[in-house]
Amino acid sequence: MTEVVPADRSLRRVIGDAEAVADGEVDGLGPDELLALYRDLVLLRTYDERSVVYHRQGRIGTYAIFWNHEAMQAGSAFALEERDWIFPAYRESAIGLVRGMPVSTVLSWWRGHPAGWWDPREFNVASICVPIATQIPHAVGFAWGSALKGEDRVALTLFGDGATSEGAFHEGATFAGVMKAPVVLFCNNNQWAISTPLSAQTAAPTLADKAVGYGIPGVRVDGADVLAVYEATREAVERARAGEGPTFIEAVTYRAAPHATADDPSLYVDLERVEDARETECVGRFERYLRRAGVLTDELVEEIRAEMLERMRAGIADAEAEPPADPALVFEHAYADPPPSLADDLAELRRILGS
Amino acid sequence: MTERFLVEAVNDALHVEMERDPTVLVMGEDVGRLGGVFRATAGLQERFGRERCVDTPLAEAGIVGTAVGLCMAGWRPVCEMQYDAFSYPGLDQLINHVGRYRWRTGGKMEFPLTIRMPYGGGVRAPELHDDSPEAYYVHTPGVKVAIPSTPADAKGLLAAAIRDPDPVVVLEPKLHYRTSKQEVPDGEHVVPLGEARIAREGSDVTLVAYGAMVPLCERAAEAVDGEASCEVLDIRSLKPLDEDALLASVAKTGRAVVVQEAPRVSGFAAELAAILAEKAIFDLRAPVLRVTGYDVPYPYWQIEDAYMPSVERVADAVRRVLAA
Repeated sequence: MTEVVPADRSLRRVIGDAEAVADGEVDGLGPDELLALYRDLVLLRTYDERSVVYHRQGRIGTYAIFWNHEAMQAGSAFALEERDWIFPAYRESAIGLVRGMPVSTVLSWWRGHPAGWWDPREFNVASICVPIATQIPHAVGFAWGSALKGEDRVALTLFGDGATSEGAFHEGATFAGVMKAPVVLFCNNNQWAISTPLSAQTAAPTLADKAVGYGIPGVRVDGADVLAVYEATREAVERARAGEGPTFIEAVTYRAAPHATADDPSLYVDLERVEDARETECVGRFERYLRRAGVLTDELVEEIRAEMLERMRAGIADAEAEPPADPALVFEHAYADPPPSLADDLAELRRILGS
Repeated sequence: MTERFLVEAVNDALHVEMERDPTVLVMGEDVGRLGGVFRATAGLQERFGRERCVDTPLAEAGIVGTAVGLCMAGWRPVCEMQYDAFSYPGLDQLINHVGRYRWRTGGKMEFPLTIRMPYGGGVRAPELHDDSPEAYYVHTPGVKVAIPSTPADAKGLLAAAIRDPDPVVVLEPKLHYRTSKQEVPDGEHVVPLGEARIAREGSDVTLVAYGAMVPLCERAAEAVDGEASCEVLDIRSLKPLDEDALLASVAKTGRAVVVQEAPRVSGFAAELAAILAEKAIFDLRAPVLRVTGYDVPYPYWQIEDAYMPSVERVADAVRRVLAA
């Protein structure tokens, strides 16, 4: 059995700064893969920025912003095979897009319309989990259950720094370790849980330090470096596939946007740190890296951005074109075999609505 | 047919259902090597292996939460909560996910998990081994609840729960695990959810109960024999509820006493009484009375008999509805 040692405190990086730190490379990522990854980043960035606008325009409800989390989401998902599953929290509401989920589905979810329902098996993306950390045991159970069936499927679950204080994280990580589940526990440490800083969240020196207590290796990466995120996740996925069990990844960044559209971070964040984070944000960093590598041109950048904007325009149009949901949907789908009383309730509702 | 104690009937159901369906997986604290603290899962690990009868970490939210993921991977988990009051850490997963996940997928995925646990008082146990938590579970949309009172129903309702496409919580009256014994059908035996049972026929008063309160009501009916003819209706399935059987019995007797051992306020007896108020008021010749535990924490066992509904309290309620 491999000995699990405390995590290396330094943050893994691949992307350099064009000055003191040289750019690295990731084995197996040629120009095509790099561009595919870049497209995922721009897709998520465009989705996020447009969603804030749609919220301001009253076209979607309260929205949880993930600006500068795109590298953690796209980079980790890029390390998976299609058959592997993703278990997102609300911060990763749009991660299904990198699996081909229609933009209108995710926007419908934020519009509170049942067209925002999806079949997790269609994209191998579980439903968005709102209660913090509660998706972690689902991912662990899925990974454990898949391995028991002899299926080669890895589960990736994403959660924030605050989630590591929850019992669901503790119990999920405990099960993951004991069951040797092929799961990747991916923590977006953006240093804030709404207004609560990491220092008020835990006395642990790093979140990766927590992993050793579960007998799980913990690694730390720069969360705004998409290549470091990808590489660390790929190694974790390889461990999982090899039957070596779970890995905890702490991706460190700084939240450079409000928690959600209903939040005013100027009341609590360090504005200088926000400025720094905005300067080193993940999409721009990767873009500059690709330009230095000669993979990306101005024309291509414009083309990809325009394509993603068009996808968003079409997506919001589709979501808004959804006919009003039938009130009967209130009753459908709660049970496969519903109690008879629900039929009486539906009849009453139809009578009152005259429908 | 084989004569079995109630807990043996539970064990038999697990053996039969695991044999019948290779995706049924039993998990919980001490369920494997030990066979469960009440021996409900005895022999399963030897028969079906450690992968299908899983000793889990001591983590109820982890048990229920990973069971959700196991469903997504194609399993039908049967989770044991070691005791009623120890199940509460799992309520987070139950309320937020077990009862909602099917709905959240627009009905595309099913979550056929079963949670079973011993419940109830009167067993001279330390604090927090005595609760009747059915109201929390019945109040959770998307979740069904069954509570057997006999060995045959303990087997049949558990089998129905395991086969049901929806999540089902089964509460087993631990007081009667090894005091109640009867002939139980061998092999496959299913008691459909949503069907009440007339445990005793009568014409003057309907005693409505489930679980450990059913045999208590039967004894109370004996105690008032000569004064009143009591019908005892065993609800068996709290959700789905057999309203027809409830209304039919009360239409016949015109009087109802609802008995539960859980605290009174917002308990399931209140739901049953409300249904009678809404749908049977013109059949009633007396107000519906409740006999319940009190609205206090379950007491230490030297005084627990004062808390538990008793034959005397049920008989008193019968006399009051007759005199009304």
